[in-house]
Parts: sequence; structure tokens; C-alpha cells
Amino acid sequence: MATGHEHTVKAFDEDIKHLRALISQMGGLAEEAITDAMTALQRNDTALAKEVRAKDKAIDAIESEVEKLAVRVIALRAPMADDLREVVAALKIAAVIERIGDYAKNIAKRVPMVHTPDTGRIEAISLLPAMAQMAGDMVHDVLDAFASRDAEAAIRVSERDNRLDDFYDSIFRTLVTYMVENPRTVSEVAHLLFVAKNIERIGDHATNVAEMVYFAATGQYLADRDTDTAEN
Amino acid sequence: MTSVMTQTDLAETADTSAVPAQPAEHSKMAARGVNVFYGEKQAIRDVSIDVDMENVTAFIGPSGCGKSTFLRTLNRMNDTVASARVEGEITLDGENIYDKSMDVVQLRARVGMVFQKPNPFPKSIYENVAYGPRIHGLARAKGDMDQIVERSLRRAGLWEEVKDRLADSGTALSGGQQQRLCIARAIAVDPEVILMDEPCSALDPIATAKIEELIHELRGRYAIVIVTHNMQQAARVSQRTAFFHLGTLVEYGETDQIFTAPRQERTKDYITGRYG
Repeated sequence: MATGHEHTVKAFDEDIKHLRALISQMGGLAEEAITDAMTALQRNDTALAKEVRAKDKAIDAIESEVEKLAVRVIALRAPMADDLREVVAALKIAAVIERIGDYAKNIAKRVPMVHTPDTGRIEAISLLPAMAQMAGDMVHDVLDAFASRDAEAAIRVSERDNRLDDFYDSIFRTLVTYMVENPRTVSEVAHLLFVAKNIERIGDHATNVAEMVYFAATGQYLADRDTDTAEN
Repeated sequence: MTSVMTQTDLAETADTSAVPAQPAEHSKMAARGVNVFYGEKQAIRDVSIDVDMENVTAFIGPSGCGKSTFLRTLNRMNDTVASARVEGEITLDGENIYDKSMDVVQLRARVGMVFQKPNPFPKSIYENVAYGPRIHGLARAKGDMDQIVERSLRRAGLWEEVKDRLADSGTALSGGQQQRLCIARAIAVDPEVILMDEPCSALDPIATAKIEELIHELRGRYAIVIVTHNMQQAARVSQRTAFFHLGTLVEYGETDQIFTAPRQERTKDYITGRYG
């Protein structure tokens, strides 16, 4: 809490603490899902891919827990000011992390389709882990920013999204070139294109979270700040 | 809190940026540099604020913060307290209400007040409303008075409930009805400003909702200032909110800004329930 003061009603503090714990737990699972999905993809580890898909249910379950708790806090505590912003942000962030989990699950689902017996190893796979790492770091850092109420850290995460987009564009071109040169692998590499797109979307979602963290911490909308900066 | 912060600290951190040095053109009432003393004790320190017709203004703050005291300076109710002394300037339509030439009885007709506990006169419903207009000579004929009574009761949202029993005693009504009767009584003399000092604190939620709806309907016709301990109520009924603490005006701004993103740490601590 920015002030460090506790609520007169201690149970309110407990609720807020619980809400934050759920978000960080959920974020941890989503990061792990991204890493595991990429490992499974690189190593053609179908067992690990299956595990990623199974674990996504845990993320969904926490999302629903966050939703119930946030609704309860709004109904029972009537939060105001930074408390209200925190609860609203938690509600929205949980929905975004759930989406990030879905993207990781989708990547895991494509593992068997990328590795088919007749094509052998697709060299282009080696391009993707660095991009996934970049997106995973954005998710990690933006949730750290949420935990520490750090608006500036949130801005820095959102600024990284451009680099991820550039990375995606370059991978897209490389994969298309690869398909042209190796027509036998078109169907497998097409799946890699979707994987790259999924990673790019994860970055977009991390940016959305950054905007919510900024709002929760400052009470201002990041979009308004950008406009103000442009005008000055 | 008192042990932590000195009054000097408080004055330095007060955010009165919303209040210009001169009364804004649209403001109905304007206070500038108001200090209130009860004997030696200073209850209000250097408060400046504008109140207008378009917005309902809510005063919030912990008990003893001076919000009710300040509200009472707006129609000189503090005059009735022998030890009370008011410094600074308070104007109604640009006219200083503490000027010697100001007729206090007229002032209180123009700036009406509704109190925490409904206080109807022990007279009929009709007489409760007719009393003010009669002493102010607002009705020439009996028919005029009937009209004033009906119009006031309608505006107060009470007409349908009492039209068949206007001769019944005002004190026989329910608490919520009594409070609306008091509002009708305040309205009857055609005031310009209505001050409400915790008007719902003695009422149940349904009666409270009716008063809040009424405040909403009266907005624009009268400048309304409401003191409330219920922050949800301030958020619901007002467009501007002033937060008082230890006799100073800490922050005054748009209600939605105060409740979503207050500028002052003390405002935030108070509205989020972190005081104490």
C-alpha cells in the first residue's frame, strides 16, 4: 500500500492481501506455462505439452477465485480511491493472465503438429525461444510492477512491446522465406507462425496489464498521460 | 492524528487549488479566509470555498473536523452560540452575510437549513409548511398559502403521502416523512441555498434513498450543501466534495475525482478507511 497505513477494518487488509497473492500466483503459473510450452516445442516433449494444457485449468480456477473475491470486496467493503482502483485492476488483470495462459496452452497444443515424422527437425524453431523469453519477461516484470505499485516500471514494460512487435515481424519474414525454400514443411512452419503470433499477443496483453497497473498506482490513465506528454 | 501533525504542517499541505482568490462568477456563496473560534479554541482555519447552484456540495470529514461548524457559518447559525466568533468573508450573491446591514432573519430564509434529527413543529403538517411563508408575508390570500403548501410538499416528495391528512400533527409522521416535511418547510420560503446537516443519519435506508432522490431533484433549483458522515452518500448525491480535517479544508474537488483519485494523502486515508 502506498501509504503503509492499515485499514481500521483489518479484514479489509486481509482481503486486499489475498487478492494480490492470487494475482501473483496466477502470474507465476502463466510464466511457467509459457516457458514449459516453449521447452516442449523445442524438445518435441509431448508429455510436457500435455502437462501445460492440464495446468491451464489451475489458472482458470484462480481467475474465477479472483473474480469472486473482487465482487465480494466491492459488495462488502465498498472500496474507495486506491483500494477501488486496486480491486478493479486485479479483476481485469486476472482476465488478461487467463488469456496469456490460453496462448501458452495453444502453443503446447501445436507441439505434435510441428514435429511430424516425415519432415524431421525444423530449424526455424530455434528463432522462437528468444522471442518467448522477451514476452515472458514482460509478463514477469509487469506483475512485479503490480505487486510494488510501480507506475514507472509499468511504463517501461509497455515500452518494450514495440521491440517484441519488431521481433515478430522479423520472425514472420524468416518463416515465410523458410517455407518458400522448403515447401515440404509448409504445414509445420505455418504452426510456428501461429506460435510466433501467440507470443506477440502475450506481449500485447502484458502491455494491457501495464496500463492497469499504471491506473491502479496513479489514478490516471496511461493513454491520457501519453497524450499529455505529446502535447507538452 | 493530532500528535503526528501540527497545524502548520496541515496548512502547508492543504490543497485549495480548486478555490480561486475571487468568487467565481457562477458561485452562489463564497467563503474567503474564514476562521471560526469558540472562545479561545479555533474550530475553523482559513477556509475558502465556492458553492454554486449547479452542483450539490458535500462536506465530509471525521467527527470534530469542523464541517458542521463551517456549514453553520453559511447562514449565521453560529450567532446563537455566545462564544462563537467568525472571521473572514462569506458572501451570498456577492453580499457579505456578516455585514451589519444584513437582516439575519431574511438571510436564514434565503439560506435554509435541515438538521440531523427531523424537528417538525408540534403543529399540523399544513402549519409546519405554512409557518415560514406566513411570517415572511409570502401569501396574500388563503388560496395562495394552499398553493405554497402543496408546491412545497410536492417538491419535497411528500404530497402524495400526506395530502389527505394535512391537519394531522407533523410529529405523527414517520422519521423519513418528518425529514421530508422539514425539507418542505425549508423550501416553502423559497430559499436560494439549502444547508443539510447529516439529514439522513436518523433515517432507515429506504427513507435515506428518498431524501437522496429528493436532493437529486432539487439540484439546480437551489444551491445545496450537505454534511454527511456517510461517504457513499457523499459519493451518490454530490458533484463536488470538500474534505475537512482538524478545522482545515484539506481538499475540494469533483466528487468522482475525490473518490477515485484523491490528490491528498489525508483525503485518501480518510475515504479508504485508514484513519486511526
